[in-house]
Amino acid sequence: MHRILRKEDLTPSVHLLEIEAPAIARKARAGQFVMVRLDEAGERIPLTLADWTPQAGSITLVFLEVGRETNMLAKLCAGDCLTDVAGPLGQPTHIEKFGTVVCVGGGVGVAAIAPIARSMSEAGNRVITIMGARSNNLLFWEDRLKSVSHEFIVTTDDGSHGRHGVVTQPLKEVLERAPCPDRVIAIGPAVMMKFCALTARPFSVKTIVSLNPIMVDGTGMCGSCRVSVAGQTRFACLDGPDFDAQDVDWDLLLNRLRTYSDKEKQALEIWRRQCASAPAREGESSGHAQG
Amino acid sequence: MPRVDTRREPMPKLEPSARRETFEEVAVGYEQATAEHEAIRCILCPRQPCVGGCPVGVDIPQFVKALREKDMPAAVRILKSKNSLPGICGRVCPQESQCERQCVIGKLGAPIAIGRLERYVADWEMAHGPIAAAAPTSSQPSGKRVAVVGSGPAGLTASADLVKSGHQVTIFESLHTPGGVLAYGIPEFRLPQRIVKSEVEYVCSLGVELRLNWVVGKTITIDEMLSDGYQAVFLGTGAGLPQFLNLAGENYGGIYSANEFLTRINLMKAYLFPSYRTPINIGQVVAVIGGGNVAMDSARCALRSGAREVYLVYRRSRTEMPAREEEIENALEEGVIFKLLTNPRKFLGNDQGQVTGMECVEMELGEPDQSGRRRPVVKAGSEFVMKVDTVVVAVGTTPHPLVPSTTPGLTVSAHGTIAADEESGLTTRPAVWAGGDATTGSATVISAMGAGRRAAAAIDRYLREGIRPS
Ligand SMILES: Cc1cc2nc3c(=O)[nH]c(=O)nc-3n(C[C@H](O)[C@H](O)[C@H](O)COP(=O)(O)OP(=O)(O)OC[C@H]3O[C@@H](n4cnc5c(N)ncnc54)[C@H](O)[C@@H]3O)c2cc1C
Ligand SMILES: Cc1cc2nc3c(=O)[nH]c(=O)nc-3n(C[C@H](O)[C@H](O)[C@H](O)COP(=O)(O)OP(=O)(O)OC[C@H]3O[C@@H](n4cnc5c(N)ncnc54)[C@H](O)[C@@H]3O)c2cc1C
Ligand code: SF4
Ligand code: SF4
Ligand code: FES
Repeated sequence: MHRILRKEDLTPSVHLLEIEAPAIARKARAGQFVMVRLDEAGERIPLTLADWTPQAGSITLVFLEVGRETNMLAKLCAGDCLTDVAGPLGQPTHIEKFGTVVCVGGGVGVAAIAPIARSMSEAGNRVITIMGARSNNLLFWEDRLKSVSHEFIVTTDDGSHGRHGVVTQPLKEVLERAPCPDRVIAIGPAVMMKFCALTARPFSVKTIVSLNPIMVDGTGMCGSCRVSVAGQTRFACLDGPDFDAQDVDWDLLLNRLRTYSDKEKQALEIWRRQCASAPAREGESSGHAQG
Repeated sequence: MPRVDTRREPMPKLEPSARRETFEEVAVGYEQATAEHEAIRCILCPRQPCVGGCPVGVDIPQFVKALREKDMPAAVRILKSKNSLPGICGRVCPQESQCERQCVIGKLGAPIAIGRLERYVADWEMAHGPIAAAAPTSSQPSGKRVAVVGSGPAGLTASADLVKSGHQVTIFESLHTPGGVLAYGIPEFRLPQRIVKSEVEYVCSLGVELRLNWVVGKTITIDEMLSDGYQAVFLGTGAGLPQFLNLAGENYGGIYSANEFLTRINLMKAYLFPSYRTPINIGQVVAVIGGGNVAMDSARCALRSGAREVYLVYRRSRTEMPAREEEIENALEEGVIFKLLTNPRKFLGNDQGQVTGMECVEMELGEPDQSGRRRPVVKAGSEFVMKVDTVVVAVGTTPHPLVPSTTPGLTVSAHGTIAADEESGLTTRPAVWAGGDATTGSATVISAMGAGRRAAAAIDRYLREGIRPS
């Protein structure tokens, strides 16, 4: 059992949980994730380590409400427990002094890019951070990212804050500079990562993305998370989640992510109905944003 | 020789037609009268060849004798003094090639149904409450700590033996449920989870500490265990890395490894979706590729999860199938359709990236290969397409690379198995032992238990006397 020490609503649909997990906090590195199971009947879902404190023995997860598990997670409060948390899993992001590194975070991916930007900065890189969201009220951790970046750009699709537009536009501009940055790391919805890869391609700058296929165990025993990279099948939980963006078969990833969409919809509806007919619980979940 | 009854008591089973609707156990188990009758067939031969056929050396005639004398507590104690997981072994041991194969009655007719009797005794204990454990050979506490990696049959057996010898034992298990393949692989209708749970609880009741969600190599490494105060480590990490066919289209949605398919169903209870929240897609027509026990289990799970037709696609003929005869028969009875001498060539999908079909070729058997089985060769011009909406690839697993890749000095073979002394299980790393599927590749529950037992004995000698087999 892992106790929730703190809960924070970062936006109406993005929440932060700080969880007791001393063994994981001790070993965590930027780019790794944990598998979480809410309760006995729950699914095992992967969530990136957004932060960790070995001294306090805690880890921080940030998630977007998309389906039933994340909607249920959003209802938990400090003091509640998660049945299972396993990790840290996956290969840590390759951190090194590269020179200038561009960190791109989209949507909830901002939480995953934060520890990477920090580690890159600590390793002596000049860090340019570009973060984006659909709208002002969906932005979070702006200050946190600013504090570890040498240059900081924020975009919103609707222009309600920062630059109007999507993250690929400033990414292109940064890459056009001379000298060109030495590395790009992009984390966000699969479609955003795909377009970051396309934007970076002409500049032949090494571009890393963190893939988010559907997982079951997260330790390499099922193959649910298989992705195709440079024509080879790889297990994202074991060999990744970081891969070279130019080698990823994006269509395969996007198709595999759709495998259970009917069942996911059904599960969410059933749960919403249950919530509605159980007045003891708090009001309806706040919002439903698709990543 | 006294006159012997050469016919064994049949195992009562659920009707095949009823089985498609339920994950309930197929083999119902003996009644008291049938168990006693079967026990009376045993002639309690003094040479007891059956015991030599059991990798953990269960005192078969002694427990059978106690059973026919209606002294069930004694039967339980005798059984558990050698086997901590009797309810499991009684159900899934390939008895026909182990203990029962050595039984003298087998030369005259059907051997004594040792496994079924073992199951009867274990189930009796479960129904009547625990019998005070076979007085653990009251060893003095050694003050030594042992880390066991993996809670499958190898790890559980090593842990039970080590704790009985007076050592402090902690099991580190990466999944959220203990049992290894017993929990995530073997389906409920062959091995109910309550049996696994109760036998794991028994091992814990001996004093073993169980830490779930500890992924060794990630949460903690072997080197960290050894410097954190564990004097010895046993690796019972199994062979859990799924193999694929490496055919075009294999990553379409709806194509599962048997590990994923069975894990979703057994461990995550996807067949109870949406009450249990892990989904699985089982279409109208399911093809399972392979011919072993894992393929049979997958096919039978698919039938029970609502598939209209389930095909078992195997590239050799029925005689070469590695699955147990009993399981093949069960699968056929339930309506699994065997497509023998058939091999997939590539997978076909729709514009949503979901599988819709499988291009196959027919095979014929040629000369025997290294395994002694006749090698399948493609029949020219035999291509055809099978329409399917779910595929399960059950073509084997290999040991997982995580522990070896994070443990300097631990040697693995070309097949990924951990190199270890066959008798003691000692690896190429001092103070690290290994056994079970991790060292042999996929084998059996009882062989993994035997390896766990031998390693525990070697670890005990090492910890007590500083003796390390060369
Ligand atoms: C390595 C990794 C790290 C991730 N980190 C984060 C994070 O830090 N914050 C965050 O909000 N999300 C993260 N995700 C995505 C997150 O796991 C999914 O949003 C979550 O599983 C959805 O569960 P659900 O029941 O709420 O939604 P569902 O209704 O099950 O599904 C909604 C969406 O989530 C995807 N999904 C469903 N099940 C899984 C699964 N078991 N594994 C992965 N994706 C799935 C589906 O394709 C679908 O697009 C990460 C995914 C991966 C693989
Ligand atoms: C579907 C199926 C059906 C089978 N049917 C039969 C049968 O009827 N009869 C029979 O005798 N045999 C059967 N077998 C084979 C039998 O189950 C195995 O041979 C046996 O379970 C091997 O035991 P083990 O302890 O070596 O490994 P496993 O049972 O595989 O257990 C290994 C354990 O180690 C854990 N682990 C792995 N890596 C790590 C790590 N890094 N950190 C922490 N924990 C880790 C795993 O999660 C797992 O729990 C079957 C196998 C399958 C897959
Ligand atoms: S444990 Fe298995 S091999 Fe040993 S006696 Fe029991 S059924 Fe036979
Ligand atoms: S060999 Fe057969 S008859 Fe003899 S003791 Fe063993 S089970 Fe009984
Ligand atoms: S999630 Fe099972 S192998 Fe990656």
